[in-house]
Amino acid sequence: MSYTALSDHDKKEMLARVGVSSVDELFRCIPENTRLRRDLDLPVAMSEPELLRHMDAVSERNTYGRFRSFLGGGAYRHFIPSIVDSLSSRTEFVTPYTPYQPEVSQGTLQVIFEYQTLICRLTGMHIGNASLYDGASAAAEAALMAQRLTHRNRILVARSLHPQYRQTIRALTRNLALQVEEIGFGECGGLASADLREKMGPDVCGLIVQSPNYFGVVEDLGKLSAIVHEHKGLMIVSVAEAVSLGLLEAPGKLGADVVCGEAQSFGLPAAFGGPGLGFMGCKKEFLRQLPGRICGMTKDVEGKRGFVLTLSTREQHIRREKATSNICSNQGWCALRATIYLETTGQTGLREIALQNVQKAAYAAGRLAAVPGVKLRFSGKTFNEFVLQLPKNAAEVCKALRAKGLLAGLEVSPDYAELPDTLLVCVTEVPTKAEIDDLAAALQEVLR
Amino acid sequence: MIREPLIFEISDPGKRAFSLPKLDVPADSRALEGLPVRADIPDFPQVSEVEVARHFTRLSQQNYCVDLGLYPLGSCTMKYNPKVNEKIAGFPGFAEAHPLAPVETVQGNLEVLHRMEGMLCEITGFDAFTLQPSAGANGELVGMMLVRAYHESKGKPRKYVLIPDSAHGTNPSSAHLSGYEVKEIKSNADGRIDLAALEQAMTDEVAALMVTNPNTLGVFESDICTIAGIVHGKGGLLYMDGANMNALSGVARPGDFGVDVLHLNLHKTFATPHGGGGPGSGPVGVKKMLEPFLPFPVVRKRGAAYDLDFNRPQSIGRVRSFYGNFLVVVKAMAYILSLGPKGMREIAEIAVLNANYIRKSLEGIYDLQYDTASMHEVVFSDKIQKDAYGITNLDIAKRLIDLGFHPPTMSFPLIVHGALMIEPTETESRRDLDLFIEAMKTIAREAAETPDVLKAAPHQTYVRRLDETAAARNPIVTWEGGKT
Repeated sequence: MSYTALSDHDKKEMLARVGVSSVDELFRCIPENTRLRRDLDLPVAMSEPELLRHMDAVSERNTYGRFRSFLGGGAYRHFIPSIVDSLSSRTEFVTPYTPYQPEVSQGTLQVIFEYQTLICRLTGMHIGNASLYDGASAAAEAALMAQRLTHRNRILVARSLHPQYRQTIRALTRNLALQVEEIGFGECGGLASADLREKMGPDVCGLIVQSPNYFGVVEDLGKLSAIVHEHKGLMIVSVAEAVSLGLLEAPGKLGADVVCGEAQSFGLPAAFGGPGLGFMGCKKEFLRQLPGRICGMTKDVEGKRGFVLTLSTREQHIRREKATSNICSNQGWCALRATIYLETTGQTGLREIALQNVQKAAYAAGRLAAVPGVKLRFSGKTFNEFVLQLPKNAAEVCKALRAKGLLAGLEVSPDYAELPDTLLVCVTEVPTKAEIDDLAAALQEVLR
Repeated sequence: MIREPLIFEISDPGKRAFSLPKLDVPADSRALEGLPVRADIPDFPQVSEVEVARHFTRLSQQNYCVDLGLYPLGSCTMKYNPKVNEKIAGFPGFAEAHPLAPVETVQGNLEVLHRMEGMLCEITGFDAFTLQPSAGANGELVGMMLVRAYHESKGKPRKYVLIPDSAHGTNPSSAHLSGYEVKEIKSNADGRIDLAALEQAMTDEVAALMVTNPNTLGVFESDICTIAGIVHGKGGLLYMDGANMNALSGVARPGDFGVDVLHLNLHKTFATPHGGGGPGSGPVGVKKMLEPFLPFPVVRKRGAAYDLDFNRPQSIGRVRSFYGNFLVVVKAMAYILSLGPKGMREIAEIAVLNANYIRKSLEGIYDLQYDTASMHEVVFSDKIQKDAYGITNLDIAKRLIDLGFHPPTMSFPLIVHGALMIEPTETESRRDLDLFIEAMKTIAREAAETPDVLKAAPHQTYVRRLDETAAARNPIVTWEGGKT
C-alpha cells in the first residue's frame, strides 16, 4: 500500500520545476558515506486485506478476552456508551494538530475548556490543565510542582500509592534534588497518620496520597490534609480510579491543594495500558506553576466569545530550559473521549455508575470473604477494589482460577513483600451478580 | 453562523443521555457507611443524547483537519492518517487487554512491542528501542536520562548539554529536567552547526550534544560525521531529535552516522493521528552501550514466547505506568507493514520532492533567509512583505485560513525572524500543492494591493482574531456561569 498521491506525470513535471533529473539528486545534501545503500530489511508491503488478516491474527494471540477478568490496579473496565466511539472518531477531532491557530481550532479548544471545567467540578479544584500523559507521570509532575512552589526538597509519598506511580516519581525526580520518602499504611489499609506526623516537617514540600488507594481503601483526606498543612506543605491527592469522583467527596473539599490522576475510566478502554489520560487540577494561586497546556476563554475582535491556549510563558517553547515542564503535547483525543463520556453520563449517570461500583464490589467482597479460609486483608472502607487474604500462595490460587477461565485479581506481594498470599480484586459496574457468584464458587473450589 | 454554546449553558435538570442496567446485587446501605459521600457534583451537565451528538458534531465542524486539506505545519509532519490503522487499533484483542494481565494471556500484545522494537532498530540503525515514552518530549527526557545514567556509570554525570540555537524548546527543557545545564551553540551562515563553535564548547564536562537532523530549517547537517567525531572525541554522546525523520526514512539511518541515542515521533513519521494534541508516542533508540539503562520492563522473546524483564539493575526506572501508548504503537506497526521497504523509502523521496516543489514555486516571492538545500520542509520569512508593506507572518498565516489552509508553523525556528515553516509531507497531491502555492501567491499580491484585508484576517471563520493577551492577563480556564 502507498499513501502518496503523485502520478508519474506529476513527478516528472515537479522534478523539472525543481530543476533536478531524479529524486536521488534531492538527497545530495546527505554525504554519500552516510546514506543507506540497500533496501530496509522489513517485511514486504501488505495490501489492506493482507494487513487486516495479519494484524487480526496477532491480536487473536491475546487470549485475555476469553477470560472473565476482575483486574484493576490502575486500569479499569467500565461500560463505554456507543456515542463516545461514534463522536470521537470524527476525523475533525482525530486528524488536527494541537490548536495553535485558534480560529480554525475552536472545536478542539471548546472541548478542552469544557474538559477543564468538568475535571475541576469533580475534583473541587479551581483550575485544571488540558491533560497530561497518564496518572503516573501526573503524580511526578505534581511532586515537581510542589518543589517549585515551596522551595523545599523532600516529598512524602504514600506506600499505598500505585507502585508504578511511585517508580515514576522516583525516576523523574531523581536528577532534580528532590528526596522521596515513603509513608507506610496501617491495619485499615489507609495511610499511617502517625508515620506521617513523624516525617512531616518544615522541609517537606508535600504529601502525595492516593484515594481510593492501591488497595482500594478510601483515605481520610481531611485528617491527612490537616497534618500536611500544619507545616505549610502541599496536600496532593492522586486518583487512579476516576469514577470514584462521581460519588466520593471532592478532594478539594477535604483540603487537597493539587488533585491529579488517571481518567482512563472515563470512556477509554484499558488498551494494554495506553493511551490513558493524566489529569491535574489545583488551587487558583498555583496557576503559573501548573504544568501542561491550558485553554482559556477570551474574545475576538468583534467581541465574540472564543478560546485559546494560554499562559504559554510557563511552557518550553517560550521558556526553554526554565519551563515548568518539558511537556509539549497533551492527550487531546483522550480528553475529548472523557468529555463526551462525562457529558453523556452527566450528573445523575456518573453517580449511578459509581454507586453500582460500590455495591457490586461490596457484594463481591462479602461473597469472597465468606469462602472458608479467606478474609478481607484491610478493615478500611473501599470503593471498587479490595484486598483478599488467602490461606495459600496467591500465584497458585490465580493459576488454578485461570484454568477455570477466571482472572480473579492481581497478586499484591510482588510489589509489597509484607503482604504475602493476598489478591487485589476489582469489581466495576460491568460484571453481573451471576459472574460474581461464579467467582466465589470457583475460589471456594480451588481452596478446598 | 450559530455559535455552539457550552454544554453547561444547555444543561437542564432531569435530562439524561445514559442508561445502566438495574443493580442486580442486593443494595446494602452498609456499603456506603463511613464513606465520604458527596452531596452532588455541582453544575455537572444534564442533557439528552441528541444534544450531546449535536454539540460535538457542531464543535467538530469548527476544526480544520488533515482530511480537509494541506496542513503545512513545519516539523509536525501532518501527513494523512490511514483509516485501516484506526480500525486495527480498535480490535478488541488490542484495545481491551488489561496491562497487568498474566503474560501468557497477552502474547499478541508483547509480540507487537517486540516486533516494533526490531523494525524501528532496522529503520534507524540502532541496537535497542524502548516504546515506553508517551510523546516526543517524553522521549527526549528518557534519552537524556539515559545519557546521564551512562556517564554516571563511567564515574561522573558531567555538567552541560550543548544545543544548537535552532532547536525546539523541548530540547533545553528536557536536558534541564535531566539535571543538566544548557549551553547554546550558534548556527553558521548555512543554518548548520558551527563546527568551530562546537569544537570550542565541547569539553569533558559536556555530556551530550542534542542535534535535530535534518534541523528545524529543513537542512541536513552534512557535517554530521565530523560532529559525531568531535563529540565522541571528548567522551560525549550524540543525541538526535528524530522529529524530522520523515526526510530520512529508508534513505539514511542516524545509527549509521554516529548518533548514540534518538527519539522518534510515531505521530509524525509513522502516520498516527495527532488527535488535536495527542496521544503521541516517543520511542527511544540506543546503541548497545546504553541498552542496560533503558526503562523497565523490557520485552524478551524466549523460544516462541514473550515475557517481561523487570530485573534491570542499571535501568533509569520507568517514566509512566505500563508500556507506553500501546495503541499508538499498534497503528504505527500497521503503517510500516502496509508500506514495506519500498514504501518506507518513498516517504522521504516524495516528502522532499513536495517541499522542494513548494520552495521553487515561492522562491523570490517570499524571502529565504538561508538558501541552503531544503529537505522535507522549507522556512520562508515575512521579510519581503514586512519591509515593503508592514505585513507580518501572523497576517500571512491568518489570511491563509480564509483561503482554505491551515497556516505553517510560525516564528520558529527562533533564528529566522518572522518565520513561516512549511512541511507539506509526502501525502499531498499535486493539485493540493498547487492550490496552496496559489494561495500563498495571492497573499503576496494582497500584501501590496489590499494590506488591510490581511491585517484583519481571518474574515471567514467562526471567530476572528482572538485577544490572546487578555486571555493570559485575566485567565478564565473554567466555566463559572454567566460571568463573562
